[in-house]
Amino acid sequence: MYDFLWLVPTLPFLGFLILALFGKKLGKTLSAFVGVGSIGISALITILIGIRFLSSPPEGDAFVQTLWTWIAVDRFNVNIALHLDALSLVFTFVITFVGFWIHLYSVEYMADDESFSRFFAYMNLFVGAMLLLVLGDNLLLLYLGWEGVGLCSYLLIGFWYKDSANGYAARKAFIVTRVGDAAMAIGLFLLFYSFGTLNIQEILTQAPQTWSVGNNLAVIATLLLLGGAVGKSAQLPLQVWLPDAMAGPTPTSALIHAATMVTAGVYLIARMHGIYELAPVSMFVVAIVGAATLLIAGFAGLTQVDIKRVLAYSTISQIGYMFLALGVGAWSAAIFHFMIHAFFKALLFLGAGAIILAQHHEQNMFKMGGLAKALPVTFWTFLIGSGSLAALPLVTAGFYSKDAIIWFAWSAEGGNIYLWAAAVFGAFITGFYTFRMVFVTFFGQQKIDVSHFPKWTIHVPLIVLAFFALFGGFIELPGTMGHFTLFSDFLKSALPAMEEVAHENVSLEYFSQILTAVLALVSVYLAYVLYLKKPQIVTNFTDTGFGKGLQQFFLSGLGFDWLYERLFIRPYVWIARTNKRDFIDLFYVFLPWMSRQFHYAFSYTQSGKVRRYILGIALGAVVSITIVVIL
Amino acid sequence: MSSISLNTGLVIASILFFLGFLGVMIRRNILFMLISVEIMLNAAGLAFIFAGASHNAPDGQVMFIFILTMAAAEVAVGLALLIQVYQKFKTLDSDAASNMRG
Amino acid sequence: MTILFYIAAIIAIISTIMVITRTNVIHALLYMVVSLLATAVMFFLIGAPFIAALEIMIYAGAITVLFVFVVMMLNLGEEAVKQEKQWLSFSGWIFPAFLSLILLLEVIFIISSSGSVPISGKVIDPKLVGQSLFTTYLIGVELSAILLLAGIIGAYHLARRKKKVVHRFLELEGAEE
Repeated sequence: MYDFLWLVPTLPFLGFLILALFGKKLGKTLSAFVGVGSIGISALITILIGIRFLSSPPEGDAFVQTLWTWIAVDRFNVNIALHLDALSLVFTFVITFVGFWIHLYSVEYMADDESFSRFFAYMNLFVGAMLLLVLGDNLLLLYLGWEGVGLCSYLLIGFWYKDSANGYAARKAFIVTRVGDAAMAIGLFLLFYSFGTLNIQEILTQAPQTWSVGNNLAVIATLLLLGGAVGKSAQLPLQVWLPDAMAGPTPTSALIHAATMVTAGVYLIARMHGIYELAPVSMFVVAIVGAATLLIAGFAGLTQVDIKRVLAYSTISQIGYMFLALGVGAWSAAIFHFMIHAFFKALLFLGAGAIILAQHHEQNMFKMGGLAKALPVTFWTFLIGSGSLAALPLVTAGFYSKDAIIWFAWSAEGGNIYLWAAAVFGAFITGFYTFRMVFVTFFGQQKIDVSHFPKWTIHVPLIVLAFFALFGGFIELPGTMGHFTLFSDFLKSALPAMEEVAHENVSLEYFSQILTAVLALVSVYLAYVLYLKKPQIVTNFTDTGFGKGLQQFFLSGLGFDWLYERLFIRPYVWIARTNKRDFIDLFYVFLPWMSRQFHYAFSYTQSGKVRRYILGIALGAVVSITIVVIL
Repeated sequence: MSSISLNTGLVIASILFFLGFLGVMIRRNILFMLISVEIMLNAAGLAFIFAGASHNAPDGQVMFIFILTMAAAEVAVGLALLIQVYQKFKTLDSDAASNMRG
Repeated sequence: MTILFYIAAIIAIISTIMVITRTNVIHALLYMVVSLLATAVMFFLIGAPFIAALEIMIYAGAITVLFVFVVMMLNLGEEAVKQEKQWLSFSGWIFPAFLSLILLLEVIFIISSSGSVPISGKVIDPKLVGQSLFTTYLIGVELSAILLLAGIIGAYHLARRKKKVVHRFLELEGAEE
């Protein structure tokens, strides 16, 4: 079964090729079959491989399939090789499985779009690139997938390229992530310089021998990799591209936020955990970045009016949780939250897409309302997804995954009470803005008539994902509730476990869990009061000068765009303007100018008059013979 | 008899050569230019003969015969071209055929 | 013999000067014949009678006659002489003459700076010339033959009068038959 691993990334690429080359001729039905089918078969193979992996793990808990040699120059050897271990299996599973439902959903969502096959071509390429990223056994292959994902995000965010705002958003996403990618590339050079290889497993085994804990080179390399990770995963300070990325079609957002792209940073840090453990400073930075991002994105999410932007900020915030978990060394908790998050965030985006489709492509949720009756399936699945995002206690998967992170933020080796407080407060905000969205959208007065009632292609993905968003959490239960650790046991072969340290102080863990649970419920109640029962409180507050300013500040994503505009874009544009006639270029302009002058000078001698030519010969003879005579 | 030296001969040959060269330069008539080229070729042949005579070797004369052959061929082709030029431009002015300047 | 040689040399130089300064082509050609004959005398005196004969026959005979034929064919009249006078202006030839003089002086300087070899004037048998032509210089002879062939074909092709093709609507000048 393992030998079929190469098919997993190949099938989406094949689907992309077919759709890109023959998309127009295939027609919508066949395009949909190719686009969805390639991911479907990929997902099926992944599940079969996963079952095999669980029943009889390969030797050394990792399976490596070397396909061919990519580059071989002196000491620099890079293979096209796939590496499957527990970590990449989880990612592959989420990417293909969630990706498949998103693709199925897209068939209906994009049914009326004229670029139907182009959409599926990009989506397939996206999934393929992401699979390459998580399955690559060396950092260069990972980087290839990494850039492929960046390219696809650009293509998909700017999918409706006729509107220049979408093109702007696409370019923003591309350029901002490129900043991180540049840092990551330098990090890769540094790793190659230190280890002479880019093979991930070799680096991880060599690292403890080459570097002592706290080695400067290790800190720099991990920080550079972190730069790449924050760019892709939209963390502070490179989070600004993700809210604008909502310009793409909604299934794209689902794919970017749930299965691909933004989780790449989480994967990178989890994959390179061996060198991060050698750099405690970097670990701490990761945790700080995560904590700060989850708070900032949470605040920004409080005031958004666009339903997709609320979800975008919630994604940034949830990835922040994952970074926090990575930063404190709770590797498996981060991956667990990644998986659960993929389920409920895909569900939420697909639900939001169904709502947008039903509301004449209106995205402002304050113009919606009362949709609970009109779209029952969407409502209930969306409610489940929201509950999971808000971490409603006991019943939702999100509770278990988030609770683990919150607890580890305190109890783990790298954790402390401040990180814990930030995580708890972030959970409270998350619950509030999530249910604000639910109440505003589904309750109250219906303002726009429903234009599109979803069919099975939308309902089935929603229900399946809702199932996982509810029950996916039971594969890993905290120490206080049965200590059921199926997931982290599974990951133990790829990521170091740290459960033992964490479960010493049971009463504190109870305190943390109950506090989180209570805060989640309180936040829901608060949202209910403020946005359904007594909305005048909110309007009264925003009418005051301070309230209005605060609302504007949060709405603009805490002014990061404003800050970057002044800090980077304007000086850059100014430099570009003043240096319009690139002064270095002057030299290169001078060269052709000079040769052209010579050209004119010599073309003047080409008078066509034979006597002139003979005169030229005579002059040349005089000069050369004079030289001979004098010398 | 013995006062004829190689150098004297070469000087005479070069005087003739540069007279021919001067002719090519100062005349605009293609016919005169051809005549001057003949003078130059003849002067070159003269130099070969002097050099051969100074070595008492027949090689100089062999070279002269080659030059003679070449001069004959050159005159034939040159005069044919001249006729074409005259038919085309109705003049023998070499500057008339300067339309192909770069 | 020496005096004869120098007289011939002086005649050759003077007549060559006359060649390049004549305005009438026929006069120039006649001066060239004189120059070539003087050269032939020099050849004879330094021991190359065969070459002297060739000079007279081919240069002074065939080539000059070819020129004369062409001049007759072109049928240049008084106009051409006037034109030549106009073209041969002082400002036109002074600079080229200056250049030629410099070159000549430099070449004479180079020649005189090397040691001189007296010329015995011993006659070199035409037989020797023929022998070396067909042994050492065989390739050269063959190449000359090819050159002459090319010259014949080239001259024939170039000098051929183009037939004028008159179409119903347009005239195609120079169209091949």
